[in-house]
Amino acid sequence: MPVNKVVPSFDEAVADVFDGAVLLIGGFAGPGECPSYLISAVARRSVRDLTIVGNSGGWGMELIESIRTRMMSILRFPADFVDPGILVEQGQVRKGILAFPAAPSPLVLTPFEKNVASGEVELELNAQGTLAERIRAGKAGIAAFYTPTGTGTIVEPGKEVRVFDGRPHLLEYAIKGDFSLIRAHRADRYGNLVYSGTSRTFNATMAGASTVTIAEVDEVVELGELDPECVVTPGLYVDRVVVRPTGGE
Amino acid sequence: MQQEKERLDEQTMALRAVKEFQDGMVVNLGVGIPTLCSMYVPPEKEILFHSENGVLGFGPIITDPDLADVNLINAGVQPVSRKLGMSFFDQAESFAMIRGGHVDIGVLGAIQVSEKGDLANWLLPGKKVGSLGGGMDLAFCARKLIALTTHTTKDGKPKIVRQCSEPLTAPACVGLIVTDIAIIEVTPEGLLLREVAPGWTPEEVQALTEPHLKVAADLREMELL
Repeated sequence: MPVNKVVPSFDEAVADVFDGAVLLIGGFAGPGECPSYLISAVARRSVRDLTIVGNSGGWGMELIESIRTRMMSILRFPADFVDPGILVEQGQVRKGILAFPAAPSPLVLTPFEKNVASGEVELELNAQGTLAERIRAGKAGIAAFYTPTGTGTIVEPGKEVRVFDGRPHLLEYAIKGDFSLIRAHRADRYGNLVYSGTSRTFNATMAGASTVTIAEVDEVVELGELDPECVVTPGLYVDRVVVRPTGGE
Repeated sequence: MQQEKERLDEQTMALRAVKEFQDGMVVNLGVGIPTLCSMYVPPEKEILFHSENGVLGFGPIITDPDLADVNLINAGVQPVSRKLGMSFFDQAESFAMIRGGHVDIGVLGAIQVSEKGDLANWLLPGKKVGSLGGGMDLAFCARKLIALTTHTTKDGKPKIVRQCSEPLTAPACVGLIVTDIAIIEVTPEGLLLREVAPGWTPEEVQALTEPHLKVAADLREMELL
């Protein structure tokens, strides 16, 4: 039987996401690298108590709409841009392990900030590099590691401190998810992936760091069309591939 | 008293910070005024800008929406331009570069900098939730850290303080403070005033700075051209 990881729809791709699941959600903070269709599909399901792991907890639909229409952003936000904020707005998220939960302005609150304030969600704030390495460790079978980042700051309390080469380091544990939702540019039926520009970001890091990795791609090509010298994510890290609607926007 | 004195605008601050970059250096620019630095690199200088989201060697920020590419952004989610020799990588690789000491200079904004070089820059005043982003790893691990910030808060309070009252990004990490009125080096013996903005005296800078400033023997006026 030929291997074929391509599934026909986003709804099928996320059909087994369950209450309380840990979702590693790729992307950074912009529209180009965000697995918007996978997030929308999770938002259409009634799953709750999710833990989301990623850079940001999302802008949410309200802020995306306001950035799109009022803030004259130089980077255009396409009509189909949906980010993890929708899951927070819909009350599906119980916890976030994030590096960028707060809007970078004193005048704006993300849905995650609002829900932290109201006690609806729990925040585990991570330095971005620590978060990336925790995810990489989860993928690579490394249980924990020491990093110099964060000693003497808000992220230290409760963590083991050990001195290497005269410098204090914190013990940080790997993160393993139930599902990684990631965005890539092209795939083949083995799940090999290539990305486009800065869309590699947390997407390529999260591939393989969960029990199930699902990739949202622009296009599936024939085996052999992806140059093996240039494959970024080898297919063994990827379980499902779903194609975005053509001309998506 | 100082209200009438002209301070550098954000663009000129960025332009002055760029003078600290040497050919071939890898430089990471934080959100805010630091990202402006990519706009002011003279054509004869080759600087490799690194951004946490996974790109090295990009060009200036793009200001025309028709030229912006959603797949070519910096960590401030601003579209940037392509440049020959650039490379892309994932988030874990990006922080291997930072943590591994491969980034020569990090430039970060500041809410407060202490006389020991402690930096507080992640929790905006009035907010309950802050974002650490990539700044904390940079503050701990960049080979040299420059704080690029206005000298005082919007209501005129010193941002350079004896001890930070805001939560720290990293202790004892800042090497150089570039502001809209001065350039101050953090040394083991305390803060050393190296340069003043055109028209400013060391006494006027000291009046807006909480800890004592030693004045460098070769104190100069900032060169801005």
